[in-house]
Amino acid sequence: MPAAISVHDLRKSYDGVTALRGISFEVAEGEVFGLLGPNGAGKTTTVEILEGFRTRDGGEVLVLGHDPGKAPRALRERIGVVLQHSELVSNLTVRELLRIFAGYYRRRRDVGEVLELAGLADKGDARVRTLSGGQKRRLDLALALVGDPDLLFLDEPTTGFDPSARRTAWETIRSLRSLGTTILLTTHYLDEAQQLADRVAVIDAGRIVRLGTPAELIGASGKTEIRFRRDGAPVVIQTEEPTRVLHELTAEALAAGRELEHLEVLRPTLEDVYLELLAEEAET
Amino acid sequence: MRLVLHQLAAEQRMFWRSREAAIFVFVFPLLLYALLSSVYSDEIDGVPAGSVLLAGLFAYGAANTAFAGLAIILVGRREAGILKRLRATPLPPATYIAAVLLSTLTVFALQAVALLVLGVTLFGASRPANVLGFAGAVVLGVACFAAMGIGAAALIRSAEGSSAVVNVVLLPMAFLSGSFGPTRDFPDYLQAIADVLPLTYFLDLVNGVYLDGDSLLSRPGALGVVAAWGVAGLLVALRRFSWMPRER
Repeated sequence: MPAAISVHDLRKSYDGVTALRGISFEVAEGEVFGLLGPNGAGKTTTVEILEGFRTRDGGEVLVLGHDPGKAPRALRERIGVVLQHSELVSNLTVRELLRIFAGYYRRRRDVGEVLELAGLADKGDARVRTLSGGQKRRLDLALALVGDPDLLFLDEPTTGFDPSARRTAWETIRSLRSLGTTILLTTHYLDEAQQLADRVAVIDAGRIVRLGTPAELIGASGKTEIRFRRDGAPVVIQTEEPTRVLHELTAEALAAGRELEHLEVLRPTLEDVYLELLAEEAET
Repeated sequence: MRLVLHQLAAEQRMFWRSREAAIFVFVFPLLLYALLSSVYSDEIDGVPAGSVLLAGLFAYGAANTAFAGLAIILVGRREAGILKRLRATPLPPATYIAAVLLSTLTVFALQAVALLVLGVTLFGASRPANVLGFAGAVVLGVACFAAMGIGAAALIRSAEGSSAVVNVVLLPMAFLSGSFGPTRDFPDYLQAIADVLPLTYFLDLVNGVYLDGDSLLSRPGALGVVAAWGVAGLLVALRRFSWMPRER
């Protein structure tokens, strides 16, 4: 499948401070790709270069076959952008604002359909200023969808959401994926990357330190955790040989006629892997 | 062209829907005209005060709408990330600017008509002696002061301060140029300052077309100064204007 985005050895400095030290990755058509990293890692810089907002110092970048540095209109017809921070013209209604944006695109989605997709179906006639923070963020998404984009950039789409609003946003993103939209999303929420992304690049201090599916990233870390309680006290064992250790533990308990209370065998989550990676990075 | 009209319609809707902008930009000069005309009720230098002040408030209105109003709107939109977001859509920047300028022209043309109606019906002002020249002055005023407004927007750093900054420039300029009444009793140094201000020369041109029936071209010196300020604003805008909000 052709790549929707390809980035090779991308470099960027601001006033002598290096933000990106040569990063490379590809995003396939129809894929949801997550850029995961702490604040200041270079996520937004990367996305804003791909969106055409910032120039690059070095490296090759292609977005839907175009160089975003030239910001051609043909490219802007096909992408949707949700910025990390942006406000909206507040004295218009939701539907008015969507109609204005729809007018900019040759190919466009029906405004009613967009309202439905973004979960704003009952807010079409509300003035923008009367929306809650989460609803404004959904309107941001709706505005990015009104041009029926092939590629959607979401820069920290759920930052500041309450848990139920995040679930709703995740559902929207999943339904877009099932419609075939390629999505590049940045997040510092690990569960978000794990829930949504087909593949994840972990980025730290301007470099990609790990890239793969969430399962691969977790699989790369060998340790499994075995937890149980012995005489009421919690016992935690981390091991790279869970079969052998578990066999010994259960044999011992059986021989002694005891129960391994609250026995759990846990694979590491992306969070464990991520924290481990960042800790390794900090050491080097 | 379709996109220019689409955006013009959007701009007009946003402008009239925002009461603060509509009152500050559209109503304020009309209000000042009514107030000043009630104070100076006789003649100024042999001309009915209602006419002299109409020319003055027309000139002030051009600067208020196109310089102050436009600068405040653009800085506000830039800092809110609205311009940045627009840059990610297929709307070409030139189309956007054209629509914003046409919207400003629409607002000021309506204001000029409102001033005339108010002046002629209530304050004994005359009709424009040269109607075509008067219409030309509407376009010239918007072109010059809008260029300065975009230039000012490029230099202003924050949305919070923009209204104060432009009015600190605009109100003294209007006062010194004679927009609010005659300046011949002003001390020499204030008149010397007035001699370099664009509004002084724009007012001179407006007096020419409105009171004397001259053409805009009959005062080439004044026209040159107004044009030079417009070009200066444009150069600053071209060099410094950014669509991106300032970081932090």
